[in-house]
Amino acid sequence: MNDLTRPSGAPHGAGAPRSHKERGAPRPRKGRGVPNRYWAFVAPALLAYAGFVLWPIVQTVRYSFYNWDGISTLQGAGLSNYRTVFTNGQLLGVIGHAFVLILYFSVIPIVLGLAVATAMRRFVSAKMSAVARVVLFLPQVVPLVAAGIAWNWMLSTTGAVDQILQKVGLGSLAHSWLGDFSTALPSVGIIGAWVLLGLCIVLLLAGMTKIESSLYEAAQLDGAGPLREFLSVTLPSIRQEIGVCVTVTVIAALSAFDIVYISTQGGPGNATMVPGLEIYQLAFYNRQMGLASALAVVLMVLVLVCILPIQWYVRRGSGDR
Amino acid sequence: MQGYFETGFPDIVDLTKLFTKQYPNVTWKIREDPFAVITQDAPLVMSSPNPPDLMRAPQISGLVKDHLIKNMDGYYKTFGWSKFPASDLAQLRVAPSGSPQGIGPLWAMGINYSMTGVFYNKAYAKKIGMTKPPATLAQLDADLAKAKAKGLLPVEQFNSAGNGGLIFPLQDLMADYNIKQYGSVANINKWVFDQPHATFNTPANLAATEHLDTWIKKGYFNSDANAVSYSTMMGRFEHGQGVFIFDGDWESGNFDTNFPGKYGFFLFPAITAGGKQAAMSAPLTYLIPAAAKHANCAAFFLNWVETNPAARALNVKEGGSNPGGPSSLPIPAVKPGTVTAQTLAAGKVVAADDGAMGFIANATGSIDAEGLTPAVQKLLGGQTTPSGVLQAVQSAYQQELSAP
Repeated sequence: MNDLTRPSGAPHGAGAPRSHKERGAPRPRKGRGVPNRYWAFVAPALLAYAGFVLWPIVQTVRYSFYNWDGISTLQGAGLSNYRTVFTNGQLLGVIGHAFVLILYFSVIPIVLGLAVATAMRRFVSAKMSAVARVVLFLPQVVPLVAAGIAWNWMLSTTGAVDQILQKVGLGSLAHSWLGDFSTALPSVGIIGAWVLLGLCIVLLLAGMTKIESSLYEAAQLDGAGPLREFLSVTLPSIRQEIGVCVTVTVIAALSAFDIVYISTQGGPGNATMVPGLEIYQLAFYNRQMGLASALAVVLMVLVLVCILPIQWYVRRGSGDR
Repeated sequence: MQGYFETGFPDIVDLTKLFTKQYPNVTWKIREDPFAVITQDAPLVMSSPNPPDLMRAPQISGLVKDHLIKNMDGYYKTFGWSKFPASDLAQLRVAPSGSPQGIGPLWAMGINYSMTGVFYNKAYAKKIGMTKPPATLAQLDADLAKAKAKGLLPVEQFNSAGNGGLIFPLQDLMADYNIKQYGSVANINKWVFDQPHATFNTPANLAATEHLDTWIKKGYFNSDANAVSYSTMMGRFEHGQGVFIFDGDWESGNFDTNFPGKYGFFLFPAITAGGKQAAMSAPLTYLIPAAAKHANCAAFFLNWVETNPAARALNVKEGGSNPGGPSSLPIPAVKPGTVTAQTLAAGKVVAADDGAMGFIANATGSIDAEGLTPAVQKLLGGQTTPSGVLQAVQSAYQQELSAP
């Protein structure tokens, strides 16, 4: 076992397996299964999870094989709803928009988050760091609806963004950011990046504070500069936290709804239409519950296809540490 | 009584208060939501165990198909609604299968028969030398060009997603070109009523969309229209932005009360001087859910709104539109020179010209969200052609009507 061979004082890898004995947890007796009292503790959460997550998923998969307007009787549709999802150009375009949003919801917050967290760890005093963390985390606390409305105002032709551009002599760039076909999706992406940046910074900073300072001292003694320190010490040490950031933000990008609904409702045209909003429109405007369910199932599978490899990669790396 | 009404229409709420004053045994519990919310929630609200007794629902064909609305043919006989103009009730009739509209049983009643046209800022009109409303489309074109030349914004327009307001001038232009080519707006109404073989993709509609496209290309609309909601447009127009807006007479009361003498109204002009004029003229549809607990009381209220003199006076004053009801009843008098007086007079012209059209956004449940609004947003953003608009809308229409 790794634990028996690890030098004393070395930190546990967050994902490293530990024995039952070490954790102090009683081992269930062979042949008797899990004691009933354990189920009593788990039951409330399990029931809620089954009722509000698993059962709706089962129902969604079921509805995806029917044509149904939400009121009348179900009519069997076989795989036709799935065929529509994979052959309808508009629906495929909508899925494409979700992948574009990954750039804004994931890449920008994580890259910026790494830069800001590193700078805060190196240069900012503990007091200032606490203040900065609170300020940067605020967007995560603000309800997404409120954030969407505020950004809507800021990105309008009379909003703060255009006013600032005009003040600094860049008035030619001022325009309706959310009403223009070329800038609507990036603008929605920027709103998402703003919301998720604080979360990434706090997660990454938490990971960085766990790194032993002796590792940095050793690297400095070996002549490492700031960039080498970052690449060889910081990045490998916060692999887990980066994994969490990627997972959370990719899910946020693929299942985006609130921000898009509030800021553009998928427009102009379908320039910012994303799967979450399309599912909503198909279900409640078009009353095509079957097609909406099929798209929801495809979206769920898509999220899993994107997330599982990331999780596998991160966990494998942690085991190696 | 439980009422479920559209936000922004205080007249219906005031009518319920007046009704309670006259009939104190009836009290109201009212919920209000925006147009888009009501449109999407209507089937769920109506199929719930405790549906409202009276509710606003803009599009009724899907609800009829699902047997969610009370058939009003019985009330039609009881209250003598045969004395109402048949054309007023046509848009409230739908075949029991949900299609086509315009024929079959009566499923709803209108409270106010709204009509669209053009509002203008009188001060700006003077500035561009518009001494009287344009008599022809060419004169309107010229007025728009003069406004642009004077550095004014010719048209303040809303066209954000869920608020595809460019549909208003589009349908006005469609009416003009349909009257020019076919002599009437019958083809538009056939399409709105989901009649067999009706199509949006006609030469007249193409000419209308091309005309709208020239207005877009000449910069007559605010450049940010695709991000401007209805309420933003109204706020801007009331604060002096834009010479014209394409809107409906539901704003007449607002202009008369809050901005007396500042705004005027005219019907969208015909292509030729003295030619037939048309307007979207849709009743604000109210219906009784099939499972309503106080259906008879709701029907009595609807009849009272259309026939009681005090209710009709309040309806005209606040709603700014024709209050409907029997042809024999006079329209309550309004102050001459007001916007309401202008819109009521315009209503008579439309009736005389047989120019009343159903609103194209009400043709099917999702044609606005899925077909019309994205298409006109793309036209405004230069992402599609006039013919692309017609094809996209017709395709969305056929897809929805052929859905199982």
